[in-house]
Amino acid sequence: MPEIKITRSIDLKTAGPFVALIALFILGAFVNDAFLSSGNLSNILARSSFIGIVAIGATFVITAGGIDLSVGSMAAFISGCMILIMNSLMDKIESLPVLILIAIFASALIGAAAGCINGLLTTKAKIEAFIVTLGTMGIYRSLITYMADGGTLSLNFTVGDVYSEVYYGTLLGVPYPVWVFLCVAIIGYVLLNKTVFGRHCFAIGSNEKVALYSAIHVDRVKTMTYILQGICVSIATIIYVPRLGSASGQTGVLWELEAIAAVIIGGTMLKGGYGRIWGTVVGALILTLIGNILNLTDMISNYLNGAVQGIIVIAAVYLQRGAWRKRAPT
Amino acid sequence: MPDTPPHRTLFTAKSLTKSFGEVRVLSNIDLQVNQGEVLALLGENGAGKSTLVKLIGGYETVSGGLLHLANEAGELRPLNSDTWKHATAEAQGVILIHQELNLAEQLNAVENIFLGNEIRRGPFLDKHRMLELTREYLSILDCDIDPLVPVAQLSVSVKQMIEIAKAYAKNSRLLILDEPTAVLTAKESEALFQLIDRLTEQGVAIVYISHKLDEIERIADRVVVLRDGELVGDYDAKTLTKDDMARLMVGRELTNLFPVATPPNATSEVVLELKKGAVPGLISNASFQLRAGEILGFAGLVGSGRTALMEAIIGLHQFSKSSELLIRGKSVSFSSLAAARDAGIAYLTKDRKGSGLLLGMSLPINFSLFSLHKFSNGLINTKKEQEAFSEAVDTFEIRLKDLSISAGNLSGGNQQKLLLAKVMAAEPSIIIVDEPTRGIDIGTKSQIYHFIANLAEKGHSIIMVSSDMMEVIGLSHRVAVMCRGQLVGILEGEQKQEHEIMRYAAGLESQLTQEGEKASA
Repeated sequence: MPEIKITRSIDLKTAGPFVALIALFILGAFVNDAFLSSGNLSNILARSSFIGIVAIGATFVITAGGIDLSVGSMAAFISGCMILIMNSLMDKIESLPVLILIAIFASALIGAAAGCINGLLTTKAKIEAFIVTLGTMGIYRSLITYMADGGTLSLNFTVGDVYSEVYYGTLLGVPYPVWVFLCVAIIGYVLLNKTVFGRHCFAIGSNEKVALYSAIHVDRVKTMTYILQGICVSIATIIYVPRLGSASGQTGVLWELEAIAAVIIGGTMLKGGYGRIWGTVVGALILTLIGNILNLTDMISNYLNGAVQGIIVIAAVYLQRGAWRKRAPT
Repeated sequence: MPDTPPHRTLFTAKSLTKSFGEVRVLSNIDLQVNQGEVLALLGENGAGKSTLVKLIGGYETVSGGLLHLANEAGELRPLNSDTWKHATAEAQGVILIHQELNLAEQLNAVENIFLGNEIRRGPFLDKHRMLELTREYLSILDCDIDPLVPVAQLSVSVKQMIEIAKAYAKNSRLLILDEPTAVLTAKESEALFQLIDRLTEQGVAIVYISHKLDEIERIADRVVVLRDGELVGDYDAKTLTKDDMARLMVGRELTNLFPVATPPNATSEVVLELKKGAVPGLISNASFQLRAGEILGFAGLVGSGRTALMEAIIGLHQFSKSSELLIRGKSVSFSSLAAARDAGIAYLTKDRKGSGLLLGMSLPINFSLFSLHKFSNGLINTKKEQEAFSEAVDTFEIRLKDLSISAGNLSGGNQQKLLLAKVMAAEPSIIIVDEPTRGIDIGTKSQIYHFIANLAEKGHSIIMVSSDMMEVIGLSHRVAVMCRGQLVGILEGEQKQEHEIMRYAAGLESQLTQEGEKASA
C-alpha cells in the first residue's frame, strides 16, 4: 500500500507568504536601523494583532465560502457599546476591574449576536453573504455615528487608566495584544485543521451540495463561522478600546478590506474550500510591515501605503494562481 | 452507410501518446477516421477514451505522436500539436461535445447555439434569422421547446440536445460525442441517431463514445476498442456482437454479470416501511416495505419522483402529515441527513460529481466526510482515518497507482467506488443507491453488482433506484415502479419483466385502487 497523504505537502504556495514576510523583514532592516529595535518590532506585532485577529475569523468565513464585509463597522459599534457600558456603570460598580470585565463580557456577547444575525440571514433567509454584510456594515457604521452623535465617544479617564494596561502591558517583554493574537491563532489553527468543524468548513466552501449530501449541517456550520467572526471582532475590540480610549464613526474604517487582504495574501482561496490560519497571520504581519517600512523610509511616500498593499494583494493572488494549476484529469 | 461513396480519410493519428506527469494514459494509438462514418470508441472507464477525444478536439495537448487532418481538398495535412487548441479545432470543423454540458445557463437556446458564432446584420445581431435557424435545428432533433427561455430552466436532456444543435450549427466535419445519451430518454436518443444518420450522409465523420452497446450496434460502422490506454483492435461493426464488444473491452469473459442474492423469506424483519408517503408537489402516494437482506429495485421514467422519494426518506424533503415512515416498526421523521445516517440509513447520490464528491479534495478527505464523527473525539484522528481509508481502498478495489491525487482526477468507475466507500464508512444497515452504475464501464458495473449482492447476503437492506432496466431486473428481488409521483406497483417473480415494468412506468397499469390504497396484487 503506497503512502497516503492527507495534508498537502509543503510547496511554493504554502511557503510563498513566509518568503515574502522574510523578504520584507530584510528590506526593513536595510532601510532603517531603527526597524530592528525591539520597540519597533513589538509595535509592529501589536498593531497587526487587531487586523490579524479579525482576519482569523474571516479565514473561517471565507473558507466556508462566505464573506463578511461588516467587521470594521461591527468593531466600531462594539467599541462604542463597551465605552457606553463602562461610562454608565461607573457610578454603580466600585471595582474597576469588575466593570471592565462586564464590558468585555458584553462585547463578546454583542460580537457573537452580530455574527449570528449575519449567519442566520445568509443561511435561513438565503440572502447572499455579500449583500447581508454590506447591509449590516452600513447599519453598524450608522449606529456608532448616531451613538457618538456624529462626534467621538470617550472612555472615562479613571477607567481608561486601568484598562490601558490591556493594550500597553507586557508579559515576558511582549505586549498583551500579541499574546492574545498568538492564542487566537493557535485556537483558530486547531479548530480549522484538526476538528470536524474545520473539515466541514472546507467541505462547504468546496461544494455546498456535496457537504449537504455528506450529512453535514451546512446552515449550522456556516452560521457558526459568522459567530466566530463576530467573537474575533469583539476580541480585537477588547484590546483596541484601551489603545485610544475612544470610538467614533471613523473607528475601524476599511478593517474589512484589510482583513480580507490578510486572508488572501495568506493563501486562503476567496471562493472557499481552502484556508490557512498561519497564512492569515503572516498576511496580517505583511500588511503592517509595509506601513511600517514606508514610515521608516522617505523613498516612497507614506501616503502610498494603500497602493503598495493593493499591489501586494494582487501579486500574491497572481503567484498563487500559477501554483494552483492542477494536474489534468485522466 | 451502404450507398455512400467510398470513404475518404478525414483524420489520422499515428503513435499518439499522452502522459499526465509520470502517468501514461495513452500509448501508441493509431487511429483513422473516415468521412461519413460513425466510429465508436469502446473501453472501460479509465481506458483513455475521453482523453483520446480531448486530444483530437484540442482540449489536451499531445505528448507524442502525429495528428493529420484533411484540408478542404481532401489532402491530409499534419497538425502542429502545440497550436492545436479547441478554438482552432472548431474553426476547422472538429467539434467535441463533452460529457459535462457546457452551456451558458442564463442564456436561451438561440443565444447558446450561436454563442461566439453570432449572425450579424451590420453591427447588430440578426436575432430573427438566428431564431429561425434554431427552430429548424431543434425540429430536426424533434426537440419541442421554447427557444427563448433560459436554458437553466430546461431539463438535462434538452440541454444535451441544444449542445448537439450547437455543434450542428457550426458545420462540423468531425463531430465527437462523448456519452451523449447518458442523460437522454430512448425517444430523444432515437432523434439523435437520426441526426447522426443525416450528418453521415452529408459526409460528416462521427466519433462516438458510449457504454450502451445496443446503441453502438445501432449506429456504428467501425468499432475501436481501448484497454488501459492501448488500442486493442479496430473492427467492422457488422462483425461484432454485443457480447464480443463487452469481452473485448474487459479483456476477459463476463460471466454472471448479475450475482444472485438469496431473497429474504417472509419472516425477515421489515426494516423500513412507508405508509402513504407524500411530499407536496413531488410525491402523491408511495407505500412499500423493505425487508432485511432485500434488494428492492425502483424503476420509473426520469422525473417520476424516485429520487425525490428517497430524498424525503433521508430527511431532505418533509413528508406530509398523513405519511408515516417506520424504521424497524418505530415511527420516525428525520430532520436532517445526519439524523437518517445515525439511524443507519445512507443515501448514495446519483450525481457523484455535483453532490457526491469534493472533486478538488484528496481521496481520504472525501472518504471520511460522511462519517467524520467516527474519526474524532474532539480532534480528528488522522491516523485512524488513513487506516480506514487504506482498508476501504482494498475492500472496494479502488485501483490506483497514485493515491495522492484529488477525487476529480479519478475515472468515473473509481469515483463511484470511492463514493460507495464513503457511504459504507458510516456502517449503514439500509443503503439507498441511486443510479449506482450510471456512466460506468461494464467491468466496474459487475464489481458494484457483486458488492451490492454481498451486502444483501450479509443482511443489509438495499433500495436501488435505476433507469437501467437490465440491472433493475437482474439484481433486485422485487421491483417497485413509480409513475408521476405515485408508487404504482411492486412487481416480483414472473411479473418482473421489462415490458411489464414499462407498462406500469408509462401509467398504463396500476396496482392502486380508486381510493389510492394499494390493492391486493
